[in-house]
Amino acid sequence: MELFDNLGLGLETALRIENLFWCFVGVLLGTAVGVLPGIGPIATIALLLPITFTFEPVTAIIMLAGIYYGAQYGGSTTAILINLPGESSAAVTAIDGHEMARNGRAGPALATAAIGSFVAGSVATVVVALFAPPLAAVALTFGSAEYFSLVVLGLIASIALARGSTIKALAMIVLGLLFGTVGQDIYTGTPRFTFGVRELYSGVNFVSVAVGMFGVAEILRNLESERTRELVTQKITGLMPTREDFRRMVAPIARGTVLGSALGILPGAGHVLASFGAYTIEKRFSRNKKEIGHGAIEAVAGPESANNAAAQTSFIPLLTLGLPPHPTMALMIGALIIHGIQPGPTIVDTQPALFWGLIVSMWIGNFFLVVLNLPLIGLWVRMLMIPYRILFPAIVAFAAIGTFSIALNPWHIFAIAFFGLLGYVLIKLGFEPAPFLLGFVLGPLLEDHLRRALIISRGDPLIFIERPVSAVLLALAAAALVLAVLPAIRQKREEVFVEED
Amino acid sequence: MLAVRRALKDVLAGAVIIALGLAFALGALAYEVGDPLRMGPGYMPLALGIILLALGIGVVIKGFIAGEGEAIGAVDWRAVVLLTAALLFFGLTVRGLGVAAALLGTTLLASLARSRTSLIEVVLISVGLTVLSVVLFIYVLQLRVPLTGPWLPF
Repeated sequence: MELFDNLGLGLETALRIENLFWCFVGVLLGTAVGVLPGIGPIATIALLLPITFTFEPVTAIIMLAGIYYGAQYGGSTTAILINLPGESSAAVTAIDGHEMARNGRAGPALATAAIGSFVAGSVATVVVALFAPPLAAVALTFGSAEYFSLVVLGLIASIALARGSTIKALAMIVLGLLFGTVGQDIYTGTPRFTFGVRELYSGVNFVSVAVGMFGVAEILRNLESERTRELVTQKITGLMPTREDFRRMVAPIARGTVLGSALGILPGAGHVLASFGAYTIEKRFSRNKKEIGHGAIEAVAGPESANNAAAQTSFIPLLTLGLPPHPTMALMIGALIIHGIQPGPTIVDTQPALFWGLIVSMWIGNFFLVVLNLPLIGLWVRMLMIPYRILFPAIVAFAAIGTFSIALNPWHIFAIAFFGLLGYVLIKLGFEPAPFLLGFVLGPLLEDHLRRALIISRGDPLIFIERPVSAVLLALAAAALVLAVLPAIRQKREEVFVEED
Repeated sequence: MLAVRRALKDVLAGAVIIALGLAFALGALAYEVGDPLRMGPGYMPLALGIILLALGIGVVIKGFIAGEGEAIGAVDWRAVVLLTAALLFFGLTVRGLGVAAALLGTTLLASLARSRTSLIEVVLISVGLTVLSVVLFIYVLQLRVPLTGPWLPF
């Protein structure tokens, strides 16, 4: 069995002592930051990225992945304990999880979230191992026309699943693409929009963009109105769920895992959609549906499993197509590129240790999450009490020193300030920063493939619809756009997201 | 008047997008545009700038038809100015002062951004964070950044 050989290679890589160690550190840091409200995984990964530059690529990506799914899990701890989701996908967990905590069952709620995440994460890891290589094989046959259409589909689909105004999201994508053109043109070497600043020739630093838009802009938003937090402070006792609890969580975990694994592959807010979807399913099909909304364990188990499964499977498009399904994955792409690895279908063949090592490390990381989080719950509760007046200057300080260390370039710091202000203005005016970041990361790829495809076709734009795969991808993109604008679907979408606020 | 007020947020949003689209499109004209077969460096930005311009107009129109009427909300100017200043300070001084002194100034400015933090707390937070960052980044993580700079006498 080739699969077992590959998993063996992955196991060997993931079990190397430095990889184990940094996987552990990543999961720990990710959970810590996921617990803190006000700083999300995107800003965290961007902040911690410089640390990983001295690592081997596989160690770096293993640690960054650990931060990512650790943050997913940490967000649910915050959601349960203070009813303030640290991460958008944890918003549904807050509904019943916090209710359980108020009934004095915070322990079992946290344990359920951990168990559900572990089971879902383990299954989803197998899904990645099974489906990624064949998909990569298909993607290897793609030419520039297909890639261009694929990027277009990825960008459009990311807004079909997101919330808010479609036209505003489109505008953000295009604006992101435009900022992606800053720097030297790859074909002619002409510097574009650099205003004579040499430091901008290599383009705007994407760490600066991410830290500015998701870190600094968020601080400005939070300083406007500081929310008070209601912490369930009484001592958390009895972590272990009862036998009855276990019986009740089996089916929701199974349903959540299936739904999450499927939705995680989709571009856009797949994991957010997965947890909301799982909640809706439990509300409709659970045997105890009357209890849901009043602290039902099913409504914690289902969404938590779905959310974690989706977090794992969202690595599939990243590893096979080089396409990030959401902004966090866009940062992973940036990290790989900095390490000299172009993410895409060739990764499976050219970097087998990295590919399979990452997959196995995700399973190990999920195991760490279970053994780590339950005993450390007291620490997380104390972290929740760090006042914001200390937290936000710390974010600014870490952003400055971390970004500066990438290239010792002060312009990267100025860029943080610029994108912080731009992000703040745009968010104030009702725009979402996520499509901007996706557009920014994918911009150069889009332009490169567009130009290459048109050179091949001698300037004939019909190449995009004459090649069947490309035509299908573009048709799907058009369909996604129509779906996003149709009033009936829009309404449904708003309903799904309404509980998030 | 009511329609205008309802649309205010979207009109402003559209205006910002239109301005950015125009800026990129006009800027792109300074470069060689070329044709689809031989695209110049200006082709993509020009095309995207025009699309952005159109989307901005769309946002404005949609604001008048179906404005959500949400208020933009107050802006905390103190926070905006001080946080920006904190980052600019770091960028401007880090080469001259080194990381330690630059961070001290940055964290001072940043923690001042929150109006309800008392002055004593500001000092404590900035000194504490500077020490923490230096220990963490320079001694533990061993990032290669200069601790002090040529502007300092020692």
